[in-house]
Amino acid sequence: MNSSKRKIQEITGNLRLIWKEPLLFVSILAIFYCLIVFVVFPIFQVFKTSLIIDRQLNFSNYSAIFSKRYYYQPFFNSMLLGIYTATIGTIIGFIFAYALTRTPMPFKNFFRITATFPIISPPFVVALSAILLFGRAGSLNPFITKIIGDYTIYGLGGLILVETIAYAPTAFLVLYGILQAIDPSLEEASMDLGASRVKVFSTITLPLSTPGIASAWLLVFIQSLADFGNPMVISGNYRVLSVQAYLQITGMYDLSRGSTLAILLFIPTIVAFFLQKYWVSRKSYVTVTGKPTGATIKQLEWYIKLPVYTCCIIFTGIVFLFYGTIVHGSFQTLWGVNPTLTLKHYVEMYQVGKDYLIDSLVLSAVATPIAGIIGIFISFLVIRKKFIGRGVMEFISILTFAVPGTVVGIGYILAFNQKTVLLPFIMTGTAWIIIILLVFRNMPVGIRAGIAALQQIDPSIEEASTDLGADSNTTFRRITLPMIAPAFFSGLAYNFVKAMTCISAVIFVVSGKWNLITVAILGFVDNSRYAQAAAMCNLLIVIVLIALGIIQLIVNRIGKGVRTVDIIG
Amino acid sequence: MKQDYLVLKNLVKIFGSGKDTVIAVDKVNLEVKEGELVTLLGPSGCGKTTALRMISGFELPTSGKIFIDGEEVTTTPPNQRPTTMVFQNYALFPHMTVYQNIAYGLKIHREKEKNIRERTETIINLVGLKGLNDRSPAQLSGGQQQRVSLARSLIMEPKVLLLDEPLSNLDAKMRVSTRLEIRKIQQRVGITSVYVTHDQEEAMTLSDRVVIMNAGKIQQIGTPQEIYAHPVNYFVADFIGKANFLEGRVANILSLEEIEVDIKGVKYKVYISKNTFSEGDRILLIIRPESVELEPKKSGAINGIISQVIYLGSRMVYEIEIDKNFLTVEITNPQEHKIYSIGEEVSVILKEKSLHVIPYEEIKK
Repeated sequence: MNSSKRKIQEITGNLRLIWKEPLLFVSILAIFYCLIVFVVFPIFQVFKTSLIIDRQLNFSNYSAIFSKRYYYQPFFNSMLLGIYTATIGTIIGFIFAYALTRTPMPFKNFFRITATFPIISPPFVVALSAILLFGRAGSLNPFITKIIGDYTIYGLGGLILVETIAYAPTAFLVLYGILQAIDPSLEEASMDLGASRVKVFSTITLPLSTPGIASAWLLVFIQSLADFGNPMVISGNYRVLSVQAYLQITGMYDLSRGSTLAILLFIPTIVAFFLQKYWVSRKSYVTVTGKPTGATIKQLEWYIKLPVYTCCIIFTGIVFLFYGTIVHGSFQTLWGVNPTLTLKHYVEMYQVGKDYLIDSLVLSAVATPIAGIIGIFISFLVIRKKFIGRGVMEFISILTFAVPGTVVGIGYILAFNQKTVLLPFIMTGTAWIIIILLVFRNMPVGIRAGIAALQQIDPSIEEASTDLGADSNTTFRRITLPMIAPAFFSGLAYNFVKAMTCISAVIFVVSGKWNLITVAILGFVDNSRYAQAAAMCNLLIVIVLIALGIIQLIVNRIGKGVRTVDIIG
Repeated sequence: MKQDYLVLKNLVKIFGSGKDTVIAVDKVNLEVKEGELVTLLGPSGCGKTTALRMISGFELPTSGKIFIDGEEVTTTPPNQRPTTMVFQNYALFPHMTVYQNIAYGLKIHREKEKNIRERTETIINLVGLKGLNDRSPAQLSGGQQQRVSLARSLIMEPKVLLLDEPLSNLDAKMRVSTRLEIRKIQQRVGITSVYVTHDQEEAMTLSDRVVIMNAGKIQQIGTPQEIYAHPVNYFVADFIGKANFLEGRVANILSLEEIEVDIKGVKYKVYISKNTFSEGDRILLIIRPESVELEPKKSGAINGIISQVIYLGSRMVYEIEIDKNFLTVEITNPQEHKIYSIGEEVSVILKEKSLHVIPYEEIKK
């Protein structure tokens, strides 16, 4: 009785506080409106479309899918691909992280930058490169055929190869953080008590990083499931969910089948995400001990160095090979036939792709600051403010981290091609639908950046401001914002990168009037015009690098020593 | 008892190269007796931890040699050395229980399960952790974590136990009680120990001998009494306890063990252990604040003006200005003495038995 009474008092107290700050109240309402309309509603529409036929609840879509091999095969294919990619990617990521944190390997910065490069590159570059290298006219094709006989790069094997290159960096970043946080004195203590290098690894390092390994595995698994660009280019006859859902909708105009496939993609992804978020990360031991001493074991036996270094060098070599091939391929007259260097692909690419490029730049430039501001504001509300529905707001924003792009894209066509109570406009076909999609698709980056920055700032600094008479808004503007500005700008950088390179969701909402560079690249690939595609990829990579460089300059000027944002997930 | 159980011979450790070269440990020589507890004491960055890490095997010396019980171990990897270390942050394995932490070393050495259980239980009782076997390190207080760490090292019965500032993460009260306990356990087990700390009180109360280090070099080795009463140079005198320094010259060589010094026209006789002085040499006279008395101003003594008075109950601390230099004086049991106030002129009386002379050095303030 007593406790429920206290709860009521607490709620009324909160209400009164909110009432005293009407601007805060209005902004909370506005954010909720946006989250519900642009995040929850589209997902809800996908569910609805898959379950309701002629205004009645009907499971026939699902029974059809589980009865026909044609439909259920993609599900198992996606899962299998995810498991392979996650396992191999995690192993490579772990070896890399181990090499960078636990060995005296030279050129560590070089290896780290190379290993994380695939994260900022457009998603299907690796697949495109795989075709140039191992495809029918691939430069390594004759060589490989000699060794293993006839093969095709289109299919499961090729997919595992390209997705591992694309997503092992994610595993690396997670495990790098974990291994760095394990106090080296634990390993020293173990060694001091007589353990050999192998024993130290098996009794201390490995058990302590197990939660991190699980985390990394699940994150790569999620990325592999949600991947659209690579399978679109290279899956061949190996059908995966994301591509099949797309084809059902754009090829067969079967919205309910497409939605059902999207839900099949949505469920395992979301399960894996919440497992990672709430179960695995709870099991972490990493923060138990005191401050790290910073000392690491310096002498290492050759039988550890040799395989670890070899693995790092091979992976780095492969990354170079793949991206080098894209550069090389874009200058060759006809790949595999006429190696004379030429600029004509760039000219052609520009003639065809100019409008796409401008659209991409304009739309990303509009969407990026909006996503950044909303992201940072939500993180501020969630971390620093108490209000009714805070838990819900946190949950919805977390949800946006995990939903596969395909699901979001389908949701957007379903939700915004008609007027609804929530949004009395038709957005389909306009620039707005793309901008809003980019905003809410990339908002998690800003939220992550904001949360990481805010958690480092002592709340008492903000309390001091309130204590001196400033209201919430003034405090946020004058105190909080300047302190999180560096995180905000580096968040913006990654936002822009993601906006420029995204494909899986936007491919559903582009129109003749507004189109994007990634869609154009995919078009080139579809028409087997690989050189033009490669040229355009290069252009995109250069743009992305310039954007990162500019933001880095800004960040360096505003604040030093502030951690850059991690961009996992 | 072996006199040279642990021997460091000309130990040098240089970090970095080129411009960033740092000589962390500079030609350190040390002999530790069996069963002795020796403290390496010095300010942060003096090389004491580096020296310890070379004994444990985590750092390889740039040059020099390390012997334990007659055997050279200079390049032996840490897991094959007869040493164990108590880490500053304890380094308890967070994924293991108290029992598993303590038994870890024996498990690694593939001792028999029964043997492991007996020895672990014994050591758990010795350090007073009975009943906490199944706790995880996160569920222990700082003091308990410290004991687990000690037990985990002791159970291996190492030839040399190394302790790297083991008390620095405890609060002030726990530090005092734990250090007594460490000393008791060390003496009961009779284990040769090297203890690193920057806390002089800890070093004085724990050690058989203290090694004072600064800038990678050993400044002085001696018992706590020797270090306090007969510091060999300005650094040691200034680092250990409070000290007053008065500049002067050698006036007379009286004998092999006694000289007369002249401080501002007043002559004092000082005992010295070995005569390296000659007449006219510049010297520093060292006198501890508790060895100075005050009298009303008179001639034939050093005179000054009281510039500060601090009443501490059991003690009275005066600061006296003498020709723009300051002398600190501590009067114990102030009720028995005359109380002076700021601005009063006084004579300072230096008790001759407590005087100590070192060759002149620039005084850093």
